[in-house]
Amino acid sequence: MTTFTYTAKDFKSENEVRWCPGCGDHAILNAVQRVMADLGYNKADYAIVSGIGCSSRFPYYMNTYGFHTIHGRGSAIATGVKTANPRLQVWQFTGDGDALAIGGNHFIHMIRRNVDVNVILFNNKIYGLTKGQYSPTTDRGFRTKTSPFGTVEDPFVTGQLVLGARGTFFARSIDGNMKMSQEIFRDAALFKGTSVVEVLQNCVIFNSGVHEFVTKGDDREDKQIFLRHGEKMIYGVNQDKGLVLENGKLKAVTIGQDGYTLDDILVHDDKEESIYLHAALINAQLPELPVAFGVIRAVDSPTYDEALEAQISEVQQTRKITCMDELLHSGNTWEV
Amino acid sequence: MIKETKVIELEAVTIRFSGDSGDGMQLTGTLFSDATALIGNDISTFPDYPSEIRAPQGTVGGVSGFQVHFGKRKIHTPGDKAHVLVAMNPAAIKANVMFLERSATIIYDSDSFTERNFLKAKFKTNEPFEELNLIDHPKIAVPITSLTKEALVDREMDNKAVLRSKNMFALGLVSWIFNRPLKVIEDALSLKFGKNPDVLESNILVLHAGFNYGMNMQHTTPQYIVPAAEIEKGTYRNINGNVATAWGMLAAAEKAGVQLLLGSYPITPATEILQALSERKDLGVKTIQAEDEIAGICSALGASFAGSLGVTSTSGPGLALKSEAINLAVMAELPLVVVDVQRGGPSTGLPTKTEQADLLQALWGRNGESPLVVIAASTPSDCFDYAYIASKIALERMTPVLLLTDGFLGNGSEPWKIPSMADLQKITPRIAKNQEEFKAYRRPDDSLAREWAFPGMEGFEHRIGGLEKDEMGNVSHDPSNHQEMCEIRAKKIENVVDMVPDLETYGCPEGDVLIVGWGGTFGHLISAARDLCAEKKPVGLAHFNYINPLPANTAEVFSRYKKIIVCELNLGQFATYLRSKFPQFTYHQHNKVQGLPFSVGEIMESVTKLLED
Repeated sequence: MTTFTYTAKDFKSENEVRWCPGCGDHAILNAVQRVMADLGYNKADYAIVSGIGCSSRFPYYMNTYGFHTIHGRGSAIATGVKTANPRLQVWQFTGDGDALAIGGNHFIHMIRRNVDVNVILFNNKIYGLTKGQYSPTTDRGFRTKTSPFGTVEDPFVTGQLVLGARGTFFARSIDGNMKMSQEIFRDAALFKGTSVVEVLQNCVIFNSGVHEFVTKGDDREDKQIFLRHGEKMIYGVNQDKGLVLENGKLKAVTIGQDGYTLDDILVHDDKEESIYLHAALINAQLPELPVAFGVIRAVDSPTYDEALEAQISEVQQTRKITCMDELLHSGNTWEV
Repeated sequence: MIKETKVIELEAVTIRFSGDSGDGMQLTGTLFSDATALIGNDISTFPDYPSEIRAPQGTVGGVSGFQVHFGKRKIHTPGDKAHVLVAMNPAAIKANVMFLERSATIIYDSDSFTERNFLKAKFKTNEPFEELNLIDHPKIAVPITSLTKEALVDREMDNKAVLRSKNMFALGLVSWIFNRPLKVIEDALSLKFGKNPDVLESNILVLHAGFNYGMNMQHTTPQYIVPAAEIEKGTYRNINGNVATAWGMLAAAEKAGVQLLLGSYPITPATEILQALSERKDLGVKTIQAEDEIAGICSALGASFAGSLGVTSTSGPGLALKSEAINLAVMAELPLVVVDVQRGGPSTGLPTKTEQADLLQALWGRNGESPLVVIAASTPSDCFDYAYIASKIALERMTPVLLLTDGFLGNGSEPWKIPSMADLQKITPRIAKNQEEFKAYRRPDDSLAREWAFPGMEGFEHRIGGLEKDEMGNVSHDPSNHQEMCEIRAKKIENVVDMVPDLETYGCPEGDVLIVGWGGTFGHLISAARDLCAEKKPVGLAHFNYINPLPANTAEVFSRYKKIIVCELNLGQFATYLRSKFPQFTYHQHNKVQGLPFSVGEIMESVTKLLED
């Protein structure tokens, strides 16, 4: 394949970026543009699809093919784009409302089919574009304009939903951590299948600081673990903490304390088909456990778009009908 | 040229019940005839016993048949050939080949399709339909034996007695398909088996099981259309409306040199379009059976964005769900064909019955100013032509096109002179050629259609979407730009009129009454017009296939008649539309919403009354 040389600037469109100053989206946009420049794919082969919401303005800021569609339907449209032409690089940009509320059905079915689309899901736990209503990821009891006394419903955990839909790839990142996001976006782009990347994104206006208990503070490295395939699950400001499995559950330990040694620490395997540990990592919550980031799951499985093309070529190898005229004359015909 | 055609009205259908001499076919036929006679039809029947009283079971010699021809008008014969064959085993199919109409529907007991029975009936292979050249006949395969057993599982009957009830299952199913009331049959059974309540009860149980099975499987009433005049020379085949629709889009994609992608969700009575295209992997068609109606159209639209001909198929409730995505296609100005095989509504309505009540939904059922092209097919085979032209308009004018067919056309079949691909109109997709000149919404010529550039084409990268935009494709909230864009989109659709042939009339070119119809009622309307003309009545027929835009000469045609009567299977939607377009005329109406096609007689009656008024 030909490799193209670009800089991030080549992927910036002439449109003024209109997200609020300080919005987490700016950093995500920069990370995506750098990754695309670095990947070396033909710029004309990118198709950026989105639904509705702040995150869905993304295509307008990319100097590629872009389709800003309708609320919740990005996954269904991206499925059509990729299925029509599997040689394209199809990315979907979406949010917690767009993908998990109105678009939930399309989201899970695209994942189930394993259409080779990279989904970047901005999770700010709020509806921003409609000015501050709770979303399907808003924590129980949280007060918003439509839950002035607190919500009385539990949120989705994005990764759980992805696993439930038989997802092959799930990763988590933080908007402000450009380095982490770039590494993950690149992995997502190279993965064949639906790659879902949940980015904890900050809405400065309606839900500012919602992720801060994880993402901010001098001790933040004690609260996050960045997973890499084949590496020990080690984290912490001093890199002395790690995860072990005890009584079927994850446990955070300090290496050298309570008899735990480096050998006891789990090694991350994102290729493991069983969802057991991946689910445990997705569910890990403070204060008992650090929040997991990085590529948590990346299991190889046939993609829908390629399987369909493979089936077509298989059928065509032994076909009796090769064109429309032959089809029209197939079956029972008679002369008048 | 208006093609003369004739529908075989359901009141003039010939059904042949056929099975082993022990299968009770005579009783089945008699009961069906009685029920038919009691609802006011004239009937003529013809029992066809085997020559040997007890020929070996399962052999062709042992087949016993009963043919019934029923009709509203005077029926003089039991019918030459059957429109429907009910066959209890393979031998019954073989024995009746010579008695079948070309497009006859075959309802058969799929449980009887065993190697043993194929041998007994002297089939050489296990493919009886192929051997008998019946591949293209509509078929309804029903596991009659096992379903009868299941229906009687709680009744402690011996196997032989259970199997004797199979005929009641077939009768129940046929009664559902042809709207016969079970009550009449039950009464007849009571008379026959009154002294044996056990047999009576089990027969009624199985009768209902067959009727309910037909309802659950959403089996629709088969429809038959035949040429009325002398037909042209050529090679013919049978085709139904749904397959013709699927093939029309396929032909258009081949002609245009683009890939066809159908995104769809199963819905009665449109599902067969999805099935027919799913079979065509050999021709490279991609089909996505989506998770819902919305995903069906959205995946199709995604494919159109990516450079394929995206199409989607549905019926009324599905069209409602697709509205938002149709509007995105209107706004994004992408080629897209939406097929609505109309059924009885509103809501779930009458899923297996025909109606024309989605017209205003098709024209106006979306938010905002949302113009698109609406076309309606009028016979099963011309579904091919209109699916083809719908695709051509979509690809050449960068617009969604809504094709209306209906349950009557979709399930109806007729002999069709096979077209040659070389004779079909050329299709030139509006693909952009010049990177320097390209702008997302530049409209290079008078048609006002934009150009199509899609991912993979270097140097044409651009963004489109559902927000209002300017010529460059950039989002614009400018008030005057919005008005200008709305007007351009409307004008673009009006301009499609240059692809629309003039409206033709049948019968008197001017006169007292013009019958106006559209879509799937054509067969009945032309039959009525033909009969009226034969009576020397000053009547003409104008039948519409192009709904938006209307043919350019519409008003001129209307002005040639003293009275206009709009006949449609709804409460007056096309009449409403015509009043808004041409308020200078008075429109009389003949409306029917019973889930049934018109009868020729009722149209003649309405027109005659209007002539006399």
